[in-house]
Amino acid sequence: MIPELHFPWLELSIVIPFVGAMICGLQRNTDVARRYAITLSACTLFCSAGEWVDFSTLNTFSAHDHWDFVQSVFHRDIFVIDELSAPLLPLTALMYFLTIISTLRTKAGRFSFGLTLLSESLALATLSCREPWVIITLLSLAILPPWIELKRRQRSTRIYSLHMGLYVALLLIGWTLVNVSDDQQNVPLLASAMLTMAALLRAGVVPVHPWLTDLFENATFGTALLFVTPMTGAYAVMRLVLPVAPAWAMQSIAILSLITAVYAAGMSLIQTDARRFFCYLFLSHSSLVLVGLEIVTPIGMTGALCVWLSVGLSLGGFGLTLRSIEARIGKIQLDQFHGLYEHMPMLASLFLLMGLSSIGFPGTLGFVGMELLVEGTVEVYPLVGIALVFTAALNGISILKAYFRIFSGTRHIATVPLKAKPSERFSVLVLSLLVLGGGLWPQPGVHSRYHAATALLQLRSTTTPEHNSDQLEQNTTTPSALEQLLDLEHRPADSHSQNVHDGSASDQLNESTLPKKSSSETDSKHEH
Amino acid sequence: MLTVAGYIVVGSPALLLAIIGLSMLFGHRLTERFLAQLTETSVVTGLIAALMILGMMLLTDVRHVPVELGNWVDIPEEHFHFNVKFLFDRLSVPFVILTFVLCGVIGAFASRYLHRDEGYHRFFLFYALFQLGMILSSVAGTIETLFLGWELVGLSSALLVAFFHSRPNPVMNGQRVWTVYRFADAAFLLGALVLHHLTGAGDFEKLTGAGPWPEGIATISPSNALIVGTLLLIAAAGKSALVPFSGWLPRAMEGPTPSSAVFYGALSVHLGAFLLLRVSPLLEQSLPLRITIVALGLVTAIFAAVTARVQTDVKSALAFASLIQVSIIVVEIGLGFRYVALSHIIGHACMRTLQLLRAPSLLRDYHAMENALGDHLPVNSSYWPGRVSNAASSWLYRFAFERGGLDAMLDEYLLRPFLRVFQWSDRMERRWTTFLSQPASKPASEIPPPGD
Repeated sequence: MIPELHFPWLELSIVIPFVGAMICGLQRNTDVARRYAITLSACTLFCSAGEWVDFSTLNTFSAHDHWDFVQSVFHRDIFVIDELSAPLLPLTALMYFLTIISTLRTKAGRFSFGLTLLSESLALATLSCREPWVIITLLSLAILPPWIELKRRQRSTRIYSLHMGLYVALLLIGWTLVNVSDDQQNVPLLASAMLTMAALLRAGVVPVHPWLTDLFENATFGTALLFVTPMTGAYAVMRLVLPVAPAWAMQSIAILSLITAVYAAGMSLIQTDARRFFCYLFLSHSSLVLVGLEIVTPIGMTGALCVWLSVGLSLGGFGLTLRSIEARIGKIQLDQFHGLYEHMPMLASLFLLMGLSSIGFPGTLGFVGMELLVEGTVEVYPLVGIALVFTAALNGISILKAYFRIFSGTRHIATVPLKAKPSERFSVLVLSLLVLGGGLWPQPGVHSRYHAATALLQLRSTTTPEHNSDQLEQNTTTPSALEQLLDLEHRPADSHSQNVHDGSASDQLNESTLPKKSSSETDSKHEH
Repeated sequence: MLTVAGYIVVGSPALLLAIIGLSMLFGHRLTERFLAQLTETSVVTGLIAALMILGMMLLTDVRHVPVELGNWVDIPEEHFHFNVKFLFDRLSVPFVILTFVLCGVIGAFASRYLHRDEGYHRFFLFYALFQLGMILSSVAGTIETLFLGWELVGLSSALLVAFFHSRPNPVMNGQRVWTVYRFADAAFLLGALVLHHLTGAGDFEKLTGAGPWPEGIATISPSNALIVGTLLLIAAAGKSALVPFSGWLPRAMEGPTPSSAVFYGALSVHLGAFLLLRVSPLLEQSLPLRITIVALGLVTAIFAAVTARVQTDVKSALAFASLIQVSIIVVEIGLGFRYVALSHIIGHACMRTLQLLRAPSLLRDYHAMENALGDHLPVNSSYWPGRVSNAASSWLYRFAFERGGLDAMLDEYLLRPFLRVFQWSDRMERRWTTFLSQPASKPASEIPPPGD
């Protein structure tokens, strides 16, 4: 029996933007539509924040709504909040709210508030849902708002349609094959391959990433940003691929994601267009999250989940800043200096702060997540850990390069004031306080992500025992890759207790699924 | 009492940064006078606390005072702790006092030097960031805390180099400094993680054994010491501008004089040497590592000595003069002369700060001396003319003038191939998307605005 929240937060946070989408869609006056959108997205943010707070007071892994309407009609818990999705919901709602509120009146005509609220409703429904078929339906529907916008802007939709059409087809066929399979724990190879391919497509992994750059170049910045920042590709991996995929599927996702992370970091360095630069920067960071999700140790996965949140918030804020600058000076070219600092010091500070947070700079939200991710990775795959650090270094260089190009290097002569509007100042303050607050006081966030990570690992161990036992055997009978690389004979006796593999959570995780032999082996390692 | 003083040492620069940072974030502009007084109060408070610690350590004969803030991040089930710990010992206390003294001098100098400059507040924000980074690095009791401070110093340095940001040159130099720092920091992070893994924690006490600095003995094997030491040496080379990263140091002189003085002439450039001193028990474990350190120091010293001779502006000449001394300090560390190296750092930092602060008025000083002498200043004759052939002299001049071609070499063999690969990929991607998106999208200029 799943515990109940104290209020129907989940359904409200899905219904409010949906109703708002219809109201704004019918509204001809863009100024009125903007005001409706701001109010309704604020209400949605309130509900999603309420569900997070409510959920955290329950001390449970998952919960569903009080007066759950969908459950009473379908007799199934379709919309459920759990440790994984709990912070993602308010994060997504916050990004939608800040994007809407920071849309300048002059740009309101080009940015569809109705479609944005519809996207928000679909994104929040996807993140609240654990039923595979409903998730697939929602993910498929979510590709429509950007497509409609591309059509309205008279842009070519071919690249987007090709990639997203293939993505939906792979999801549908893959999950159908999973369902027709007799043995749910050994799903057909083809089904796993299709689901993995679908996840890779949505995540924009190299070489199937051109739809991302195309979307950023042709859609409005706000729409493109909101389509990618909730990272529903990673969510699809966690909900659809991770429970059924064999080890090779997850490993192939991790390897391709690692290549993407390094490649996109390099590409972001040479871009001359700010939108493409942001696209590659985001791609590099989101790929780091996917790499971390394959690090099947509690520390590694905790790091990946922390980075998921920090990247969503930091790069969301970073993108919003770029969007605000673009709204003032038009397309931003990074092969020339713009010298905008004097005109918009606040936006410059936010740009730098968000960028630094995304690369895990000390004192910001991303620092601890990145530390955990690299630590967990170095432990299991030292070379991958080195690649992660290298990627973060490249991203750091490209962020400061963009900062210098946009805000310095020359004196910008403006005939109109370019300073931040009150709504933008509000966004700056909210994002800065979240990034700095989360960076200076990281423990609650890490604690929550650790719980989510252990629960996900447990889920994985129960659904794919073969993979887990292989992994455990590797962890217990042979030294880790880093241990092999280093000569650990001289290590102090008490230091083994610090090893990320040795944690009690791993033991707890394995106790439920593994034969007793493994437990004794683990114990012997503790004493080693 | 010692613990409280320890908190004040770290707390006063942190508070200064918080006040300046939050006031700028909320759009409240502090007056120049208030900012100067605030900085002065912060530095004096921190300095008094550091002197109290020194006094009590001398009185009580305690040479090792750890101050624990507790676990910043703690996952007890995994035995993962991010412990924030400060260490006051014979290495950190002199370095903290040096930092406060020099930062105080620079703060007082800059409040006049940058009076009514449009970047006054920005300078003091970066100054506060730098000071906090230096203090955290100096008193770090764990390698993670040291990394935290190290990163703050790196960021503030790069931003200060680009301080005069309405011109492209300082900005490009700031970018260069940041690039070198990022790779050095990556090496540091990897070194810290490997060390954490080897010792079970990033705690310097565990690394150096029970004895206080410099008497500790590292508990890891020579081969592991070589791996960790090499990574940390790369980090130190980046921060202290040792070969092949020396190119950023003269570029950093584009920043305002106060920042050049304290950051590159005095404190920041010594941070790499400080890191090597901090992990010196680890260096003792590996002879090849020590030989590498000595060799790197010697090569850099020779390079800097040759290059310094052809510099035509005073700040660049001082930058290379600094580098000569830093390289000698590195050699001393490699040879195991830890106290000599520490004394050398302190003496050199103070002298170089004075020289750099006087640099803008050098001509005036020369004129004052010549007026006092009643004649031109004597020109020192060089030892080399007549002893080196013209061809060798000419080659050496070009070598020095091009600063050893280090930057050109890094550009040619690292940067350009890297850029070429990604530029080619970008072209291929654009071709592919153009091919896929037929018919091509209309340009934005041809699309009527909505509602028309």
